Amino acid sequence: MSQGPGDPAAVGGAEPAVDSPEAALAVAEEVLERALRGGATEAEVLLTAEDSALTRFANSEIHQNVAERSLEVNLRFVVGSRVAVIGTDRIDPSGLRNLVGRAATIARSCEARPDWPGLPAPQPAPGRAPVAWAAGTAEASPEFRAEAVREIIAEADTAGVLAFGSFSTDSEIIAVASSTGIRAAARRSASQLLTVHTSPDGGNGYAEAVAMDATTIDARALGREAAAKARASDNPVDLPPGDYPVVLEEYAVVDLNDMLGYVGFSALAVQEERSFFEPGKRVGSELVTIVDDATDPVGLPTGFDYEGIPKQRVTMLEAGVCRDLVYDSATAARAGRTSTGHGLPAPNPWGPFPLNAVWSAGDASRDELIGGLDRGLLVTRFHYTNVVHPKLAIVTGMTRDGTFLVEGGRLVGPVRNLRFTQSYVDALAAVRAGGRERRALRGMLGATVVPALRLEAWTFTGATQH
Amino acid sequence: MLRSPAPQMRDLTDRALDTATQQGAGYADVRVVRRRDESIAVKSGHVEGVAMGETEGFGVRVLVDGAWGFAASDRLDLTEAERAAALAVRIARASATALRRRVELDDRPPAHGSYETPVEEDPFKVPLETKLADLLAADAAARRSERVAFTESMYAAQREWKTFAASDGSFTEQVLTSVGTAVEANAIEGDELQRRSYPDAGGGFRAAGYEYVRGLDMVDQAAQAGEEAVALLSAPQCPAGVTTIILDPSQLYMQVHESCGHPSELDRAFGTEASYAGTSFLTPDKLESRFRYGSDLVTIVADATAPGGLGTFGWDDEGVAAQAVPLVQNGIFSGYLSSRETAPRIGRRSGGAMRADGWNRIPLIRMTNVSLLPVPGMTIDDIVADTDEGLYLAYNRSWSIDDRRLNFQFATEVAYEIKNGKRGRLFKNPTYTGITYELWRSCDAVADASDWVMLGTPNCGKGEPSQSARVGHGVSAARFRNVQVGVGKW
Repeated sequence: MSQGPGDPAAVGGAEPAVDSPEAALAVAEEVLERALRGGATEAEVLLTAEDSALTRFANSEIHQNVAERSLEVNLRFVVGSRVAVIGTDRIDPSGLRNLVGRAATIARSCEARPDWPGLPAPQPAPGRAPVAWAAGTAEASPEFRAEAVREIIAEADTAGVLAFGSFSTDSEIIAVASSTGIRAAARRSASQLLTVHTSPDGGNGYAEAVAMDATTIDARALGREAAAKARASDNPVDLPPGDYPVVLEEYAVVDLNDMLGYVGFSALAVQEERSFFEPGKRVGSELVTIVDDATDPVGLPTGFDYEGIPKQRVTMLEAGVCRDLVYDSATAARAGRTSTGHGLPAPNPWGPFPLNAVWSAGDASRDELIGGLDRGLLVTRFHYTNVVHPKLAIVTGMTRDGTFLVEGGRLVGPVRNLRFTQSYVDALAAVRAGGRERRALRGMLGATVVPALRLEAWTFTGATQH
Repeated sequence: MLRSPAPQMRDLTDRALDTATQQGAGYADVRVVRRRDESIAVKSGHVEGVAMGETEGFGVRVLVDGAWGFAASDRLDLTEAERAAALAVRIARASATALRRRVELDDRPPAHGSYETPVEEDPFKVPLETKLADLLAADAAARRSERVAFTESMYAAQREWKTFAASDGSFTEQVLTSVGTAVEANAIEGDELQRRSYPDAGGGFRAAGYEYVRGLDMVDQAAQAGEEAVALLSAPQCPAGVTTIILDPSQLYMQVHESCGHPSELDRAFGTEASYAGTSFLTPDKLESRFRYGSDLVTIVADATAPGGLGTFGWDDEGVAAQAVPLVQNGIFSGYLSSRETAPRIGRRSGGAMRADGWNRIPLIRMTNVSLLPVPGMTIDDIVADTDEGLYLAYNRSWSIDDRRLNFQFATEVAYEIKNGKRGRLFKNPTYTGITYELWRSCDAVADASDWVMLGTPNCGKGEPSQSARVGHGVSAARFRNVQVGVGKW
């Protein structure tokens, strides 16, 4: 059998405890020192230590229930302009020796990068680092999560439906140290509770909450919301595909945000000419302003990115007009500016990403949003969306967990799920009203704060059987 | 050759299992996993990054009073084994407070032995300089046309050492190796962006050594991909309508993956993925009623023993031996991907499809190698020659399917017009859509074994916390009638 990568004698080896940002930074600095001694001309160490747990339920019972403790060191080892990235979860002396030794070998074998800008230099923080960690999440026990799940299930039982979902509680310590002088370390926490309630009469409902502090999530309220939606969507009927005005609930708007962040608001997408984004160009309704703001306490705040750069507040879309992009150090160097603090862990071929997008609130209540539809659809959520054409931001996907026909501003009843094929840029232009309430929700990456929206048109191209 | 397990490893697995059973677990298993990943990313001729990662740890899974608990740690020491096992038991007891049906496992015999992916040329021993040179050569070939705006090329290899031990005495060791590579050429003009990739945009992967990469003819194929990306810029838009389509293996494997592989997962059929990935239209009553999934030509098997498949192994992650399970036989729905927990609920034994993404995830029902078997009689060229009018669709560009796996829509990188039995001009932005069983029932030709190839994807997502699985798909090509193409407004 092929020899393992680690010496089996390492079982039982001693590793330093990483139980505080200071301890994490100390380990990161030790790795950095070893890398520089090992021949790196530049080096950057990213360390994450995580305690995470997730309780999952289906058919109104807990069926999966997990917890994990992990640590990861990611070393960017640079020799001139040759760059290697090595990761490990072994931080005992032997593990670190191996890490640096392999990094040095690989870096020397790499091609030089003519465009290598060097590792980023420290940047001043725009303000005080936000509070990003809550003891209530870090100390969440299996019993705490189970109690919340039982509350969700109780609401499902009351409505005669079944509950399916998950409750996660994650606490991590992150530290970055680099040869350019960056030193950053912090604790962060995140929790998410989501549920799909399913009725025996064909209805489905969804509810979700994301919070830094798990103890602030109201499980019973989420259970009630999903149960009511499930019952309201019982016995859906067919509706022919076509163009309809829509109200997208917050859960659906998250998908707009994710896809636009992926294909549009990343500096790399623009530099590679695959984005719709042009500074100063109007692409959306004046009702739409999207800012990436990692200090917003409603979402999941964080003080710095995975390169240790302080998070900047970036206005990506202002009243429908393209303003600015998110940058990491590589795309910033190419553009001759500084990073906005949106780097992901190296190696990162995807470029920077807005992890904390905040959409401006509108002034409409939910009833007013729906009341503005003469004949249209209320969409709870999208499912399995994918980019069909990146530059035109054409996306296809399905509706899910509650789709309703609205006539004369009133809900008529549930319809079977529909497929759409829609340009998300065109969708920005079609916004006619926004909700005054916003929700913090989990996106593709990070957390986002979004309102519900009413759009003039949405192109549905197919239908399914439920 | 195989070597005995390190005594330290036995000590760790024994300690975890003993702790779990002493604290009340009726069943426990532990997996110790070490994983090494290597990857190279090249963009437009520049090496963007060379990365190597190693991770190791263990996960303890326990059943207490019919409820599951799981805890994992990356600290491989005996004290941590005790802590994690005790935590798993505590978690299971919390699960039991919201339990309606006690978990009962099937009675598979204890598993013993070892398995290793056959590898001719160890990818981790091939010099990095060689791998870089090969990838850069392919990337350069894709940029031969000046109108190619940018290229992205990748190489990746993974090896996983996995030890499984269970409270029933099972003890297995496995070493699984896979490699993959890809080149993507992107051409841009105005609002038009056209991509052509080879062998697959996410990377063509195989459970094999570097010999797989050497056999791909990357340079010539990359050059062709670059030329075609440019040609697509001036190609007409794929027309909308209902027509005959032939799916090339590079697209057919995704069709199998999404519309047969996922709905055949028995956990989905029982609703346990409802909140995330969704459920399945293939409910157990359709097994009893012999539901017609496809035409007589459609036979699909989940085969964890298939050579080269990303889903090939010795035992799954609960110690069930690798096997071939028929999912669709001559068009009739006939079986599921299953586990020790789910299979008894339909009166069967586990088909050995429980797979975990590393040491820190529980095993879930995952695809192994879900393959459409070839049908003797026609090659791909024969099928094209036998088609009066239609589209030949190749190289997946996007995918989407509803939460019961019925309504799908795919885009491919390229469509070739078929007229009077000949492949003709290119169309850009092709899409097709339909309902799963309607498509498969319309299948009236499947290419023979001479065109059958083992493909797959290294990043099939499922579960919460999310897991990524490496799954294989053997396919040739197939023809489908009366399919809606050209979806949306362009």
